[in-house]
Amino acid sequence: MDEIDRVLVNRLQAGIPVAERPFAGVAGELGIPEAEVCGRLQRLLDEGTLTRFGPMIDAAALGGAFTLAAMSVPPHDFDRVAAIVNARAEVAHNYRREHAYNMWFVVATERPEAIRAVLAEIETESGYRVLDLPKRREYFVGLRLEATR
Amino acid sequence: MSASAAAPGLDPVDRRLLKATQAGLPLVPRPYHALADRLGLAPQEVMDRCERLLARGVLRRIAAVPNHYALGYHANGMTVWDVDDARIDALGERVGALPFVSHCYLRPRVPPAWPYNLFAMVHAETRMEVVERAEEIAGLLGDAARARDILFSTKILKKTGMRLGAE
Repeated sequence: MDEIDRVLVNRLQAGIPVAERPFAGVAGELGIPEAEVCGRLQRLLDEGTLTRFGPMIDAAALGGAFTLAAMSVPPHDFDRVAAIVNARAEVAHNYRREHAYNMWFVVATERPEAIRAVLAEIETESGYRVLDLPKRREYFVGLRLEATR
Repeated sequence: MSASAAAPGLDPVDRRLLKATQAGLPLVPRPYHALADRLGLAPQEVMDRCERLLARGVLRRIAAVPNHYALGYHANGMTVWDVDDARIDALGERVGALPFVSHCYLRPRVPPAWPYNLFAMVHAETRMEVVERAEEIAGLLGDAARARDILFSTKILKKTGMRLGAE
């Protein structure tokens, strides 16, 4: 990452406008063509510095629901269960964590009642219990991570 | 809940638009035009619909999502706390206001397996920094916190964001 990449990563976490040429503003500030902005974003995606670039959907605003789910999976069975969980389109993120509960994933569905069905299917397929920890209140969400080097 | 209440105002064209973009926006100087071509819509209609979805909050934003490991944030600690229900809201707001807390939620306890009700995510370059920041949270919670833990992530297994199913 060079200085221009860092500016792009930091600036574009806040979002681009809906406009005919949404990259024109940041390209102008950086003094580079819009096509270069796009090329750099594609490279940052290919390298894994960015995981996505695009619209971020809020399931709650669709009338749907999110939950945080956790499973305690023996290490020898971890990859099989991760594949089962990750194969579900409703699973937005999945992290391995150091704890007896070692698999933590977010399930988002358009219909709230679908959450239970997804978790039940994961339990049946994997053979392990799923802890369902839906958000009751949101005190804060939204730190942007700054690229500093 | 009826289907219309479950997805207020998400008509078939909105749905096609969201499905076409959830893997990513086309990275070209005129991305909404590229989408319009792909969907057989007028560019202005694509932009109008995106604006409406943003205004309604269906889209939080159209943005870059970084991999925090790649940015040098190697330590990602989910700090969890068992906080007195009588004081949780006031304390949750204060923990959420700490500058290094990226997400802060109230969730149900599931005793005896899971005794914690407050979740505060902390990102830093090292685990020691996360531990130090957890100490700050502990200081703020005082005797309202009866138990605590930090769950460090060791691997991103999946990070795609929410996808719409077939409907």
